[in-house]
Amino acid sequence: MSREDRRPAGRGSDIEAAIRENHPALITYLTAGDPSLEDTKAYVEALDRGGADLIELGLPFSEPVAEGATIQAAINRALEAGTTPEGFFELVDDLETEAPLLVMTYYNMILQYGSEPDVRPFVERAAEAGLSGIIVPDLPAEEADPLRDACDEHGLDLVFIIAPTTEGERLEHIMSQVSGFAYVQARLGTTGARADVSTATHESLERLSDYDVPKAVGFGVSEGDHAAEIVEAGADGVIVGSALIDIVASSDDPAADLEAKAEELKRGAVRGAESLTVDTEDTPEPEQP
Amino acid sequence: MSTSDHSDDRNRNRDRDSEATFGDYGGQYVPEALMPAVQELEDAYERYVLNNEDGFMDEFRERMRDFGGRPTPLQRADRLSERYDREVYLKREDLVHGGAHKLNNALGQVLLAKYMGKERVIAETGAGQHGTATAMAAAHLDMPCEIYMGRTDVNRQRPNVYRMRMNGAEVNPVEAGSGTLKEAINETFRDWATTVERTHYVIGSVVGPHPFPKLVRDFQAVIGREAREQIREKTGRLPDSVVACAGGGSNTMGTFHEFIPDDGVDLYAVEAGGSSLEIDAEEGLAPNSATLSTGTDGVLHGAMTRLLQSEEGQIMESHSVSAGLDYAGVGPELAHLVETGRVTPVNVDDEAALNGFHRLSRLEGIIPALESSHALGYLEEAHDELGDLVVVNVSGRGDKDLETVLEETEKRDLEAAPDVEVFDG
Repeated sequence: MSREDRRPAGRGSDIEAAIRENHPALITYLTAGDPSLEDTKAYVEALDRGGADLIELGLPFSEPVAEGATIQAAINRALEAGTTPEGFFELVDDLETEAPLLVMTYYNMILQYGSEPDVRPFVERAAEAGLSGIIVPDLPAEEADPLRDACDEHGLDLVFIIAPTTEGERLEHIMSQVSGFAYVQARLGTTGARADVSTATHESLERLSDYDVPKAVGFGVSEGDHAAEIVEAGADGVIVGSALIDIVASSDDPAADLEAKAEELKRGAVRGAESLTVDTEDTPEPEQP
Repeated sequence: MSTSDHSDDRNRNRDRDSEATFGDYGGQYVPEALMPAVQELEDAYERYVLNNEDGFMDEFRERMRDFGGRPTPLQRADRLSERYDREVYLKREDLVHGGAHKLNNALGQVLLAKYMGKERVIAETGAGQHGTATAMAAAHLDMPCEIYMGRTDVNRQRPNVYRMRMNGAEVNPVEAGSGTLKEAINETFRDWATTVERTHYVIGSVVGPHPFPKLVRDFQAVIGREAREQIREKTGRLPDSVVACAGGGSNTMGTFHEFIPDDGVDLYAVEAGGSSLEIDAEEGLAPNSATLSTGTDGVLHGAMTRLLQSEEGQIMESHSVSAGLDYAGVGPELAHLVETGRVTPVNVDDEAALNGFHRLSRLEGIIPALESSHALGYLEEAHDELGDLVVVNVSGRGDKDLETVLEETEKRDLEAAPDVEVFDG
């Protein structure tokens, strides 16, 4: 897909397509500017080569209340390196990836872009740079009308997070407004790599099973085996962030290691999908005694 | 105030109280995982605080009387009155149990957490006053309690750390950033996002997502309600002006709330001017905490309000000689009252606050908190504009600040200070 092709054409357009066509999808997150915007460009391209189907780029905000220690440290490094919203958009202008790109940032960063607090200048610039969607961890559906209107106007998806605590009427209300995909938060708490897959993941996916919207699971996913388990539990995609940032922070050759990690995660997701096919199609029904 | 007066107040405020915003300010900008808890709290606020369900507010008032020491006096300050040639009255919140107005809110919220069936409370603290008040309230009501406090603040507020631990609270130092209040709040939000189903977050000021700004204001409104009655009893009329310091704004809103309908009463919110009102854009640092005077609109910690931020939206490190005022945000209702012209934001610098501290200590025998000292600094600077009858809220006592005051006084040649160089412990 060329950059022109992935320019958004309407709500749910290329993000939803990227997940459905590449099912099970791998969604990766990196903080832009960690440790520099130039490095981020190389890392994003490595993830793209490694099989990422959708790439989230974090625009750093100084008070990331929804993030755990790993992403907070990445944000601090990016801010210390002088990452600005304009530098972020210029990076996106320059990126050539197969995978569509989303921006993940906090609401104040969106409001402050432009001469006075308003969401529109940010959304216009995001569309111009070729971003396909926006995720805002501190913007619940109740406060999202202005941003959603601007996103609709410019053909960007506004992705909402479904938490383990999201149930009942709120769940219905949010699911009626989801575009692109539903970001399923695997567990309570903040972002950060974990050693296991939470039971809350299974419960959340169960609650969402009636909604015909792609579901991707994030918060704590770090290995191919997790990806397999999550896809087996019914997810259309897995979202990985902190585990990739650990590579950025500690590897001698981050680009190569990120590419390899993306391959491992994608393989895991595919394995999960295959075992699902085996389970449903090839396993004979047990005979009733 | 009689019971019927109080229900009139409730009816008067009723419609406003169900809304999440104050004009353009306020709202609920929190991670999705917290939204059900915020909505559960809205429901509890409505039932217990506004409607006194199960006698919640009766129990709260009784406990504030017997455990908290309310009502606090409104005292005529004789020598300040003489100095400024007008009547100056002090609302003595320094006499609330624990030494500050903070208990009004902490006891209210811990009690509410009990009524809601929560198993645990968490809180953040800067200077340590809110943490101490929450720890005391939690001990009093037998509720497990954890406090987050920036590493810098832990180191410079040792006595309050000890007090919290004496009361059985666990104190968690936060290493991130500059290790002050802003970082402690971020960390408390993270704990809450992990444990939200059984935990109540006792927010320490009139900040955060709706309904916190209204909930905290209502628990603190007792300050102004008492002051308004007391000044009428003592002088037969309402004051010309009311002065209170403003950091997050809880004692400010608490003091002002009942006076808002009284058009003849001027309300002054005194912020920390720090060392300068100029912003150091390169360092991303505001050498002050004068959010209402110099901030711009934005979203932080759950609400749209006034903030100290860069043009790009990054939150700045603030500064004040008083750790309790050292915060880059402010309550959304206060931002709204400033926007509509009902409250006048003013500020005094660190030096004026230190002089205010020494002046009240020497002239009246009251050692005020450095926060309150800003209000007293403003009284000195602007008394000619405050009318014939002035009420100043002394939000807390200054025992916690003695080391800071000695250190900061030594650096300066202060007219109101004793010779601190001869202090040898």
